[in-house]
Amino acid sequence: MSRQSNRTSDSKKMNSELFTLTYGALVTQLCKDYENDEEVNKQLDKMGYNIGVRLIEDFLARSSVGRCHDFRETADVIAKVAFKMYLGVTPSVTNWSPAGDEFSLILESNPLVDFVELPDNHNNLVYSSLLCGVLRGSLEMVQMAVDVRFAQDTLRGDNVTEIRMKFIKRIEENLPAGDE
Amino acid sequence: MMDTRFTKGKSAILERSLTRPKTEVSVSAFALLFSEMVQYCQSRVYSVSELQARLADMGQSVGASMLDVLVLREKNGKRETKVLNILLFIKVSVWKALFGKEADKLEQANDDDKTYYIIEKEPLINAYISVPKENSTLNCAAFTAGIVEAILTHSGFPAKVTAHWHKGTTLMIKFDESVIARDKALDSR
Repeated sequence: MSRQSNRTSDSKKMNSELFTLTYGALVTQLCKDYENDEEVNKQLDKMGYNIGVRLIEDFLARSSVGRCHDFRETADVIAKVAFKMYLGVTPSVTNWSPAGDEFSLILESNPLVDFVELPDNHNNLVYSSLLCGVLRGSLEMVQMAVDVRFAQDTLRGDNVTEIRMKFIKRIEENLPAGDE
Repeated sequence: MMDTRFTKGKSAILERSLTRPKTEVSVSAFALLFSEMVQYCQSRVYSVSELQARLADMGQSVGASMLDVLVLREKNGKRETKVLNILLFIKVSVWKALFGKEADKLEQANDDDKTYYIIEKEPLINAYISVPKENSTLNCAAFTAGIVEAILTHSGFPAKVTAHWHKGTTLMIKFDESVIARDKALDSR
């Protein structure tokens, strides 16, 4: 526990280009290893999920953000604190559904796709699928089941990148039998 | 080595300047991503050497892209022709661009004029990795070795680069005979 005091709320930063190119190398490798784009998307999403499951702990430790009271607050924390902390960008939160259970994150710039251009034979590749997995995985660890998908992507010629997030349900914690 | 690709006519990527404001991401984000990469590679190989080879392969694609952008940005398109200069370019410019600092040391082997070492006491790549006892030779800086190998090779200095646990992490660079011969010929002119 004594190590906790050494933690600064501001995590260490590095040049985003190494990150971007490393992600690019990973996607390239997956495209070589798998037959089709759908499989690559799935694998990226899975890796993102694994990252999210671990990242949430780092996030809670560094950000000192408390429990969110509703989905709107969650959306704001994701955009203004989490994205800023890990990727150095702040997406805007918009397009709320009337029921307040669905919103969009609009990214003006996406650090994962710097230097990237999709070749013609990868029309179905959702290049940044990793992000969907990260969001799903980390929210699952705080008892929220969400559906995350890309609605728009600058790589496919859209003007902005839009991640659509939908709240599905609150996950009940299953206490082990016999525990109070 | 790399597929030849052509950018589409009106790609937005061509409109962007190569010198851009520096953007940053958190080291945690990189560490988690790299960890997933290592695990993915591990699931598809049978030995430590195969795993390192896969990591090196991915490093190669990073190195190749980084070389072009750095040469244009920092050297005005001028390429190095001497062994010592290309090594210094890697120790200083490449390291600063990738890791935010110069490499700790650059040394030449005492007994071999083809061999050089880049030594990094605590490489960023290995900062959050604990190597399992049964695979103690595994050094994930094989990824960095791949980056360096691609930069040297694409600059016209074919070499083999490997990562070792020595004084922290040492990248061993072994140049092709032809590279050293050419360098000597240039010296004697």
